[in-house]
Amino acid sequence: MSAAGLAPQSRAERLAALLASTPYMGFLGMTAELAGDEMTAILPFADHLVGNVLIPALHGGVIGAFLEMTALCQLAVREPLRRQPKTIDVTIEYLRPGRAQTTYARADVRKIGRRIANVHVEAWQEHKASPVAALRGHFLLSLAEEDAAG
Amino acid sequence: MTFDAEALAQIGARMAQGTPQAAALKFRLVSADAAGAAMAVPWSEQLVGDPDTGVMAGGVITTLLDHVCGLSVSCAVIAAGQGIMEYGMATLDLRIDYMRPAAPRREVIALARCYRLTRSIAFVRASAFEDSEDDPVATAQAAFAFTGPRPVVAPGGAS
Repeated sequence: MSAAGLAPQSRAERLAALLASTPYMGFLGMTAELAGDEMTAILPFADHLVGNVLIPALHGGVIGAFLEMTALCQLAVREPLRRQPKTIDVTIEYLRPGRAQTTYARADVRKIGRRIANVHVEAWQEHKASPVAALRGHFLLSLAEEDAAG
Repeated sequence: MTFDAEALAQIGARMAQGTPQAAALKFRLVSADAAGAAMAVPWSEQLVGDPDTGVMAGGVITTLLDHVCGLSVSCAVIAAGQGIMEYGMATLDLRIDYMRPAAPRREVIALARCYRLTRSIAFVRASAFEDSEDDPVATAQAAFAFTGPRPVVAPGGAS
């Protein structure tokens, strides 16, 4: 069942529906917690996420993907969307190795227009002040209200 | 210029299946030579990012691009006559532009070229596509930093 197609009304419902209906978020094993409108995405460590077995470190692509999925979750929390936003571009900055432990991320919707949203995301592990990676991205939106308008 | 094809075949095979995330995504080595590196990821149900369309998640493409960009740096280092085990490297940044959704139920290939190698940094361009580099799903630009012992590169780089 599609999460976005139903456009459930509450933030928590929209977030839960997106997480449950997106196979890749399940593949990563990510979850998210909501406190009011503040969302924290959580990526528990798992062996299949490792990119470098010697350190061991999370795959850089996994960290980037987790940041991108966090942005999509935050957009679902923020607005009822008719369809899942399409990623236009992302810039991922790697600051520290992602160690073999739980990773957290929070997204900040810097601007949301009629068609395009700009989102910044930061991921950390033990200390939020020492982020492991950051993402800036643009996303193409299909807002639910456009359906009602015609 | 010396070029150790055997070393590249080894590193390519190790990159394709030797890291847990690459194995989990079933990455396949397409090519690794002096010109660059290519890898493919097969479509699978569990990698879908949008259940409405069946399109693979952008995150899978991100991981494939990051992975193949790293391999292309190894290609460039080997092409420059350096031993592959003499250094480590870390992704500094990775920018990806998504031109269009990947075709559902199709394998996606990513092709990367390290176009500049300096003593401390490698610069890479890459694209992801199903059939042709001229019709990309996504393009990428990345920079990698060498960690540990640095490869020795002649002035002007390897390109």
